[in-house]
Amino acid sequence: MRMGDFKQTYAADEAVFRSGTVRFWLVVLLLAMAAFPFMVGPYLLYMANLTGVAIIAAVGLNILTGAAGQISLGHAAFVGIGAYTSAILTTKLGLPFLVCLPLSGLAAAFFGIIVGAPSMRMKGLYLCIATLAAQVIFDFIFVHWTSVTGGIRGINVPSAELFGYKLDTEFKMYFVTIPIMIAAITAARNLFRTRVGRAFIAIRDRDISAELMGINLFQYKLYAFAASSFYAGVAGCLQVYLLRIVTPEHFPLHESIRYLAMIIVGGLGSVLGSIFGAIFMTMVPEALQSGLALFQGMDDKLMSYLFPLQTVVFGLLIVVFLVFEPHGLAEMWRRVKNYFRLWPFEH
Amino acid sequence: MATQPILSVEGISLAFGGLKVLSEVSFQVNPGEIYAIIGPNGAGKTSILNCIGGFYRPSAGRILFGGEDITRTTPDRRAARGLARTFQNIALFRGMTVLDNIKLGAHAHLKTGLASALMYWGPAHREEMALRERVEHEVIDFLEIEPIRKQAVGSLAYGLQKRVELARALAMEPKVLLMDEPVAGMNAEETEDMARFVLDIKEERDITIVLIEHDMNVIMDISDRVMVVNFGQKIAEGTPDEVQHHPEVIKAYLGEKKG
Amino acid sequence: MDILLQLIVSGIAVGGVYALIALGFVLIYKATSIINFATGEFMMIGAYFFYTFMVMAGLPPIPSFLLVMFCSALLGLFVERAILRHMLGQPTISIVMVTIGLSSILMGLAEMIWSTDFKSFPALFPRAPVIIGDIIVRSNLFWGFVVAMLAVIVFALLFKYAKVGVAMRATAGDQMAAFSMGINVRSMFTVAWSMGAIAAALGGVIIGNIGGIQPTLGSIGLKIFPVVILGGLDSIAGAVVGGFIVGLVENIAGGYLDPYVGGGVKDLAPFVVLVLILFIKPYGLFGKQDIERL
Repeated sequence: MRMGDFKQTYAADEAVFRSGTVRFWLVVLLLAMAAFPFMVGPYLLYMANLTGVAIIAAVGLNILTGAAGQISLGHAAFVGIGAYTSAILTTKLGLPFLVCLPLSGLAAAFFGIIVGAPSMRMKGLYLCIATLAAQVIFDFIFVHWTSVTGGIRGINVPSAELFGYKLDTEFKMYFVTIPIMIAAITAARNLFRTRVGRAFIAIRDRDISAELMGINLFQYKLYAFAASSFYAGVAGCLQVYLLRIVTPEHFPLHESIRYLAMIIVGGLGSVLGSIFGAIFMTMVPEALQSGLALFQGMDDKLMSYLFPLQTVVFGLLIVVFLVFEPHGLAEMWRRVKNYFRLWPFEH
Repeated sequence: MATQPILSVEGISLAFGGLKVLSEVSFQVNPGEIYAIIGPNGAGKTSILNCIGGFYRPSAGRILFGGEDITRTTPDRRAARGLARTFQNIALFRGMTVLDNIKLGAHAHLKTGLASALMYWGPAHREEMALRERVEHEVIDFLEIEPIRKQAVGSLAYGLQKRVELARALAMEPKVLLMDEPVAGMNAEETEDMARFVLDIKEERDITIVLIEHDMNVIMDISDRVMVVNFGQKIAEGTPDEVQHHPEVIKAYLGEKKG
Repeated sequence: MDILLQLIVSGIAVGGVYALIALGFVLIYKATSIINFATGEFMMIGAYFFYTFMVMAGLPPIPSFLLVMFCSALLGLFVERAILRHMLGQPTISIVMVTIGLSSILMGLAEMIWSTDFKSFPALFPRAPVIIGDIIVRSNLFWGFVVAMLAVIVFALLFKYAKVGVAMRATAGDQMAAFSMGINVRSMFTVAWSMGAIAAALGGVIIGNIGGIQPTLGSIGLKIFPVVILGGLDSIAGAVVGGFIVGLVENIAGGYLDPYVGGGVKDLAPFVVLVLILFIKPYGLFGKQDIERL
């Protein structure tokens, strides 16, 4: 009979996956993820890859917004910077995928630090609006700096190559996207076990007393911007190699809002929440669209009512979660887990 | 020859707009003593601590810490040098567990940077484990808060939250601990516990304590010297006994006419 | 020279309308400290209300106008009661996101109700352009400016002198104090949302009259952020000054730079100015930084 868990060492107590049961299910999950591509067709693989990219970006945004409390309306722009960096380095300089990947992250992190710089002097809503300005300005650059970005037509990118092996199908990309996603998630979990992650949360909860505890606010806000946009840049790079094209249409303000919606719905400040949120906010619109596609051609008038429904549902999801479950899917998951923890001996 | 003071406040003044909060307050705190600041509400006591901690910048005067001028040092640098603080209205980080709050206090003594935090294995891991070990033995055992260390701070009773705040300050390994009303709002038993902890901290850890308090019994019991402020000015200083019988003090507390 | 003068005049005219919409934002922020990302959608819905009453129901302009105000007030009231009231005490991010979610809902609803087709109003004002000296101003722009300025003045006076305005200001200054003075803080929130919705809706009618309406009209609402940051989030005078600055900047920059970069400068320039301002004066030209306490 399970009676809760007791630890012998501090190291065991600090481990991320604390009990044998959790580790067992984790292995099951990893095996399932490894078996997945052999059991489904290209459409589901495409969805899985896109979701993986969204998870990386959402985890990154959650570091900045959920944990460090700095609202960013410009996350899509950083994904875009990563995407354009990869596209340009690949097409103009012929750099290989494995080089482009970290460089995309670094390029985005560099601009993240620049956008975060005003956080030295302002905070809250003013900073939030500064990130909105960054989104608008980068969007403009993507569209209008035609000689570099290819304007609204964008840049076509050849498929990635890994040690001479062409990653030209969704199936092959899956084995790149998902491991990188797992690495990104692990790194974020690690972050919150150290002083850096604690400092982020301290800044969010009470910035003044954080400073009196010895935390350099400006330095750590820049860390948060850098880490978050590095994640975005990596996501952007993967997205380019998945879609084989980059255009400004991939990174509008609405996309930034979608990332915010992911972490809201999933759970602010929770790595697990970012994962749930990214899956949920990628799957629900897709499911809705497939659902609506069933009515296609039946009645045009009806369709004109049903299509805008997606926009309404997107907004409703945000509002409903904020009002009824502010801690998101991660909190719902925790409740379910707690219910089963000592089941059937919960009383 | 007298020992060099560990903290020396030299003629600090502070004003918000036209409102004078402090005018030329000076005092010195000797290593290893418990130095109390008392005075009526609104006398400027918390503002003095805020100036020492660096949250307010005085318009005039200097603050020396261990002989070095820290008047222009940022709050986080002061904390790293060994100034810790507890607050009148508990300022714990509510989104974290008790353990994480305490670990946060050790922030300035740790080295892990952003990149190694993301990697975790290796130096960051060793540092975190050493920290856990130290925090458990030196802080959590000492303040007797083992049973609550995994709880969220928001769910704790008021007295316990104050104790966690003290734990966080101790994790900072301070040379000087600034305490703003450590027993305010506590019942008799909790007050007694807290007074005992403060004395133990002074005796066993060699930490100098500057505290603000309204509870006169506590002040008289534990402090070595007392400063009295009123209307932003220092009006008396001395041993608890001396201060108690100082005419200015009686006047400030009991009102002009009865003095 | 003539071109510059022309750009300045149309910049001022458009700026006056921005000021009105920004007022719809500031009124809400001042009383409730909520930053309303759905201001642009309130504006867009207001324009559709007008279209509904005037074109679909065939009412004359003045009654349509009054009905727009009434319906917008109801919309503001409903939004405050149904959503924002539940968000009291929530962190900033949640409140920002709830208004963003709201903007998405309103846009989707507009598409469902009025379809995505472009719509325009019948002529409300004499068609002949207004000529001031050498400058020619499009009639809709000129009259739009006049109406917007009138509305701004009325709102400012209300806020300054009417009982409700004084109570709103007191609430903005210190909610607890206002509460203890017997002001019903909650109903002040409702009033603020209604007034904010009305101001935005009037702006929407004017904008719609100038350029026609579509459900995406709300994206103009993004421009109020440069406006209110320039002016300071909580300053009515600031909103007006900010409105003019943004109107001028976007028209002049657009007029001179668009040919070189292939358009779009109008939408970009206000944000560039915003960034510059934030670097120089982080809390806007007129905004105040709070004194923080421990």
